[in-house]
Amino acid sequence: MKFDTPAGQNPIDQLKVVGKATDRIDGKFKTTGTAPYAYERHDVVANQAYGYVLGAGIAKGRIRAIDTAAAKASPGVVAIVTTLDMPALGLGRMNAANLFGGPQVQHYHQAIAVVVAETFEQARAAAFLVKVDYAREAGQFDLAAVASSAKPVPGDSGEGSGGGGEDRTGDFEGAFASAPVKFDETYTTPDESHAMMEPHATIAAWEGDKLTLWTSNQMIAWTKGSIAKILDIPEASIRVDSPYIGGGFGGKLFVRSDAVVAALAAKVAGRPVKVALTRPLVANNTTHRPATIQRIRIGATADGTITAIAHESTSGNLPKGKPETAVDQTKLLYAGANRLTAMKLAHLDLPEGNSMRAPGEAPGLMALEIAMDEMAEKLGMDPVAFRVRNDTQVDPGHPERPFSHRNLVGCLKLGAETFNWSARNPKPGQVRDGRWLVGIGMAAGFRNNLLMKSGARVRLGRDGLVTVETDMTDIGTGSYTIIAQTAAEMMGVGLDKVVVRLGDSSYPVSAGSGGQFGANNSTAGVYAACVQLREAVAQRLGFNSADAVFADGQVRSGNRTETLAKAASDGELVAEDSIEYGDLAKKQQQSTFAGHFVEVGVDVDTAEIRVRRMLAVCAAGRILNPKSARSQVIGGMTMGVGGALMEELAVDTKRGFFVNHDLAGYEVPVHADIPHQEVIFLDEVDPQSSPMKAKGVGELGICGVGAAVANAIYNATGVRVRSYPITLDKLLGQMPDAA
Amino acid sequence: MKSFTYERPNSPAEAAAAVSRNPNAKFIAGGTNLLDLMKLQIETPTHLVDVNGLGLDKIEATPEGGLRVGALVRNTDLAADARVRKDYAVLSRALLAGASGQLRNKATTAGNLLQRTRCPYFYDTAQACNKRQPGSGCSALDGVSRQLAVIGASEACIATHPGDMAVAMRVLDAAVETVDAKGTKRKIPMAEFHRLPGDRPEVDTTLAPGELITAVTLPKPLGGAHIYRKVRDRASYAYALVSVAAVVQPDGSGRAAFGGVAHKPWRVEAAEGEMARGAKAVTAQAFAGAKPTHDNAYKLTLAERTLSAALNEARA
Repeated sequence: MKFDTPAGQNPIDQLKVVGKATDRIDGKFKTTGTAPYAYERHDVVANQAYGYVLGAGIAKGRIRAIDTAAAKASPGVVAIVTTLDMPALGLGRMNAANLFGGPQVQHYHQAIAVVVAETFEQARAAAFLVKVDYAREAGQFDLAAVASSAKPVPGDSGEGSGGGGEDRTGDFEGAFASAPVKFDETYTTPDESHAMMEPHATIAAWEGDKLTLWTSNQMIAWTKGSIAKILDIPEASIRVDSPYIGGGFGGKLFVRSDAVVAALAAKVAGRPVKVALTRPLVANNTTHRPATIQRIRIGATADGTITAIAHESTSGNLPKGKPETAVDQTKLLYAGANRLTAMKLAHLDLPEGNSMRAPGEAPGLMALEIAMDEMAEKLGMDPVAFRVRNDTQVDPGHPERPFSHRNLVGCLKLGAETFNWSARNPKPGQVRDGRWLVGIGMAAGFRNNLLMKSGARVRLGRDGLVTVETDMTDIGTGSYTIIAQTAAEMMGVGLDKVVVRLGDSSYPVSAGSGGQFGANNSTAGVYAACVQLREAVAQRLGFNSADAVFADGQVRSGNRTETLAKAASDGELVAEDSIEYGDLAKKQQQSTFAGHFVEVGVDVDTAEIRVRRMLAVCAAGRILNPKSARSQVIGGMTMGVGGALMEELAVDTKRGFFVNHDLAGYEVPVHADIPHQEVIFLDEVDPQSSPMKAKGVGELGICGVGAAVANAIYNATGVRVRSYPITLDKLLGQMPDAA
Repeated sequence: MKSFTYERPNSPAEAAAAVSRNPNAKFIAGGTNLLDLMKLQIETPTHLVDVNGLGLDKIEATPEGGLRVGALVRNTDLAADARVRKDYAVLSRALLAGASGQLRNKATTAGNLLQRTRCPYFYDTAQACNKRQPGSGCSALDGVSRQLAVIGASEACIATHPGDMAVAMRVLDAAVETVDAKGTKRKIPMAEFHRLPGDRPEVDTTLAPGELITAVTLPKPLGGAHIYRKVRDRASYAYALVSVAAVVQPDGSGRAAFGGVAHKPWRVEAAEGEMARGAKAVTAQAFAGAKPTHDNAYKLTLAERTLSAALNEARA
């Protein structure tokens, strides 16, 4: 189905199932341990052996030799494959470093061997016996030290944000120089780890030339294509299956070493091999969100009208890596005739930087939305009013492009009202509650909506069951449920009559999960397939499909009513289609919007920071399942708190690795850190987006939260911290004297 | 994890003898730290002597009016004991500030004292660490050291003792009771139990090889207000950046020990004479001679301000 004109009235608008708060249909499997994750697929193939991945113990250099003699003699060992057994394998999609092969070490904990044994414990014990002789080479590990050598580089997050090395509108320098009120500050964000609960894991099995991977990955078709390229085998020989995924956050968008070494090891071992990356390897072997240094300049007239805005970001990566697209939202979020955005990239020999939890916007807004708070104060304006003053209904760089639907102002105003913003004391450091200095802050949230082709197959069985098959993934987001809701709405049946099968590469290719593009696109693909199935049903029943009404398990037209199942009485009906998009998103800018409000307490003595309450008001088109969407936004808000207050991969700039590579050292918020959280969705639809009239929402929940926390800390203490995470040591020196 | 053999002795002295006989043997109780370290091959014992069944799990009154806490008393049970809550609240609070409910159910009194540092370089076997591999060097000295020691460290090691319980026991002047292979018992004051790293950072305590902890004794109650204040980057389940265990008397006198700052719970009795003059006076003396790194110098300010907060809380 080609979607190239705005959606009119369609069966989804009935909202009998779609739009209703619905429990996740996989929830009971997750909570009863009956949703097997990749490493737990004990039943899919017999005789599985265990692979343990050895990571390089240096950050850069060459491997002279690997001595596996002692490891091979260790009890239970079946096979050992080392990186010296083959030349460097090709790069998969978006890979910056080789996942295996060849003597070169490009980053710490790069996979250099996999030891296969009868048990996990035997494989791990043997891996410690592998002796590696390294020739170390010097590398660049300190972003601040190499920032001056960074070059302008265009980039695309692959998730809806990107741009040139430098993009301009009007004359930024001239307008900034002549602006009555000027602001110029620099902010830093650290490297961060996805830290998903389930590490990367794969079971690989060969049957002749055919390879099956039971894995944990957000993007099934990308994985299949990348494995074909890396192993140099035809895509047709590969099957990928990933029905349950214990979190991805962008860390499982692209194929990682677990899948590659499992396949290599299974070939050598001559039997299926399962591999899970250990927690330290998740930090240093896979990808992370790269650190940034961001300079923001804003010029405005005395009444708070922005006349010039510039956002420049510097990040580092391996030579084949890309920049963090932290400046993209600044092209679209606020008005202003004169604009500059720029991305610079420096060469670093740290592990590969790549997509994580709203790449681009998440770190970009952490800087921009502090800057807006600082500028508002400089102007003597309320931070909400300053943002409202500079709202725009068109793409400021291309004023001929309106937003398809933009209600940022509605989010900010409803948020301010709900959070009792007007009671906030704009003068910092004034409010005390016992030992806590209390402050309130806010930020705007922004994330683009991305349209991607997505396919599905729908079957109507003789029993009246509707079965949906698509390679869409559910990474804990609720895909199973919204897809079931979509099919139920379209076919006029209850959720109990719908079966959803996901994550198998033998199903039609979907949008996959990433960049908050999964929900709208994958359900639109199911919509398209269901339109075909409705047509087939109508034909089989002798109805004119335009008149047929699908409701309550029946199909009605005129005076005649038949059961839906009857259409399949002579055999299963199968329909398949994809949603494909025209140029609506080129003509109009599709984005999602939020207002984030946060109250924090800062301990007057120790400067410990604790969030007290949070609110997100989101405008993201039709909300398909308010319950799972709320969970998504709450998850994003929680990640925002992590990014604001504690998440940082600590770089050893001498030895070139992330030191705190386990969950004791890399802190994310725990339950005790999570206070009262409220989420409000504006009641809206966006017919430009898809027949679902929905947009992405998951990552909107994180975008802007960090800055709202930072602004609340400033309001509480009067101390402005421009370097994330905002830990107490950055406040202590400027806190009021302890009593 | 390397393969190991395992035995369950019948008495504390037998257990001590079993470990004394084999330089690669270790005691195991709750295993909450040792098993993790064995999986990473940071600890590589070839023989484990299980002390769980030795009857060392009672809390009893002592003739001196204090308490004798068996080595195998679980952290959860010790924190919840009515006598501990009433007379040694600083200990109960310190225990509850540590780890998680699940870990406290498993972790023991003796094992908690013997937990090893959380220095990230100790945990990465590809990195130099004198504590893990004597003579290999210390990567933390010029590495990432925000969590590490500010005082009492050496050129060989800047690791900290990561625990909370021991900090409270130090302020209470607890003592560690042990037995050796010959059945000889001795009592080690908490002040002397943990060592400073010096040039032997691989040795955390003054226990002799094979010497088994049987109990920790608490002297008769001190009275006063008992405060344990643990400062960390998140609200729960994190190691202290700085912690303070304080017992403050109504006349303003008192005691204070600091966690998260040194290779052992840090207490300078002479500095406690300044307690009535306030936190600054105490910490100026307690941390005289501190040698922080660039990354962890904040801990000196934090120690002073945390003590100040604890004193305010005690007087409130």
